[in-house]
Amino acid sequence: MLKQYFDRFSWVDFFLRVFQLAAVVVIIVGIFNSIGAAKYTSGQWVTLVFAGLAQGSIYALIALGYTLVYGILLMINFAHGDVYMAGAFTAVFLANSMAASGFLATHPVWAVLLLILLAASVSMVLNVVVERVAYRPLRGAPRLVPLITAIGASFTIEYTFRGLYGAEFQSYPIIPALDGQYWNVAGFAIPYTQIVVLVAAILLMAALFFFIERTKIGKAMRAVSEDKEVARLMGIDVDKTIMITFAIGGALAGAAGVFNGIFRPQGVFFFMGFIPGIKAFTAAVLGGIGNIPGAMVGGLFLGVFEAIGPNLILEGLGIPAVNQLRDAFAFTILVLILIFRPQGIFGERLSETKA
Amino acid sequence: MAMLEINDIHTYYGNIHALKGISLTVEEGEIVTLIGANGAGKTTTLRTISGLLTPREGSISYLGNDITGVPAHDLVYQRMAMVPEGRGVFAKLTVQENLEMGAYSRNDKEGIARDFERVFELFPRLKERRKQVAGTLSGGEQQMLATGRAMMTSPRLLMLDEPSMGLAPVLVDAVFDAIVEINKEGTTILLVEQNALMALSIANRGYVLQTGQIVLHDDAAALKQNEMVQKAYLGMD
Ligand SMILES: Nc1ncnc2c1ncn2[C@@H]1O[C@H](COP(=O)(O)OP(=O)(O)OP(=O)(O)O)[C@@H](O)[C@H]1O
Ligand SMILES: [Mg+2]
Repeated sequence: MLKQYFDRFSWVDFFLRVFQLAAVVVIIVGIFNSIGAAKYTSGQWVTLVFAGLAQGSIYALIALGYTLVYGILLMINFAHGDVYMAGAFTAVFLANSMAASGFLATHPVWAVLLLILLAASVSMVLNVVVERVAYRPLRGAPRLVPLITAIGASFTIEYTFRGLYGAEFQSYPIIPALDGQYWNVAGFAIPYTQIVVLVAAILLMAALFFFIERTKIGKAMRAVSEDKEVARLMGIDVDKTIMITFAIGGALAGAAGVFNGIFRPQGVFFFMGFIPGIKAFTAAVLGGIGNIPGAMVGGLFLGVFEAIGPNLILEGLGIPAVNQLRDAFAFTILVLILIFRPQGIFGERLSETKA
Repeated sequence: MAMLEINDIHTYYGNIHALKGISLTVEEGEIVTLIGANGAGKTTTLRTISGLLTPREGSISYLGNDITGVPAHDLVYQRMAMVPEGRGVFAKLTVQENLEMGAYSRNDKEGIARDFERVFELFPRLKERRKQVAGTLSGGEQQMLATGRAMMTSPRLLMLDEPSMGLAPVLVDAVFDAIVEINKEGTTILLVEQNALMALSIANRGYVLQTGQIVLHDDAAALKQNEMVQKAYLGMD
């Protein structure tokens, strides 16, 4: 009996266990100390949570693109962050000219809708082109190969934009109708920009969910993601369905680019897709890659977690300047999840074909 | 002119020469069966006809058109359907959604509604379980679903790859009854089976396949009496 136990004993498992326990202890101690110190008021916490939700809804929209593509092709589209950048970058010029002409001030709703339309179209077309050029010719190749072309596509998009518009930072204009406006509820003040972003993103996600669950094309996408060969026997054009999947993922990323511009106007440049791209990928993994509701919840969760996490956990451990550790915090989450729960927090079981 | 005419096809998997010159015909309204041992090439033959594989040599004509090399999803629009080996139901889709996928190629609302009724009449179990996810169905129910789903394409030619595999004898009878019923309503059937006795008892004609070649071809009744068939496939001495 003891021998059996020793046979099964593995040092790797042992250290993973220890590591896991240590992480839990650190988190608990951090939270305990932070709350005990009572440094922040409940109003400040609410502010952080809402900022996190708005940021998280942007991650969620991008994460959906990763998860949709993974669900159907079992590959990570590493150019997706740059597809997001392309939409955000293109729309910034329209936004600024609309601000200059006064249209943004007089017709804010139409202006924002136009921006979303432009960014979504650009990202959609670009994502479809990436699929057509970089992935489709490699269908059936070993899974590492399209990963390499994805990185190539990523650089191509980044440096095309750099070549076209230079390496300077651009900014979205402030929208006068939203500027300095707060929604006061239960004694908390929440900026309009965050509410607009959150509501718009949730509407888009609801629309996507309806599309996937109820429409003929949505059902065909699910059928293709389960079994391409049988899908073809139903008369479904698999290549066309994959193209539609990339189009939808791209459009959502483009819209996210505009929401990001509303939420935090600065920092539009050719490399801006990299960090949100990896974070959205984290969100998708968090929700279980391939799982659509998982990506939505994973995005919101990551946004909130990285907004309050540093203050809630790190500060209690006596670490200085915690707000600068936000990115490190998010990526630590990615690493921890990949180690302990690669199937994501929702435990979407990986089917044999996907494992 | 025959509904389906296959002329000397050769199909490969990489370097593996799986079909070594197969010719067969299926007339409108018939039930034709293809029998043979494991690895003989039965599945490969059906996959080649349905457009999932492209033959390296030879030609296939269907309803008077040359369909060699036409992709599978286009042939569905020409009303050719196949129930794949191992059923291939979409496990995460509901029974209802699986059947809807069968009707993917169609736009005639009334016709689709009529075929839903027809499938539920033939397989009442599916009606009870229409909201259920297909992965939770039993093997027999999945076979019914796969057959019903193929019927939803409204096929003129229906190919089935080992529909009796893994089913209890009662269910095998039910599935074969359904096949005969579907045929009576006007659908031509090309049936691949390990259970040669059952297949020959409902078929008009049969082909015997051995290592990628047709070795025998006759009326079903005659094949049943054939000494070699009795020995190799019907388990008689
Ligand atoms: N994907 C594949 N790659 C390589 N060889 C294959 C593949 N599929 C089938 N083969 C080979 O082709 C030959 C014919 O296989 P096929 O599946 O058509 O036989 P079958 O008659 O349907 O057998 P079974 O009764 O076991 O279903 C076999 O020798 C098999 O090993
Ligand atoms: Mg077979």
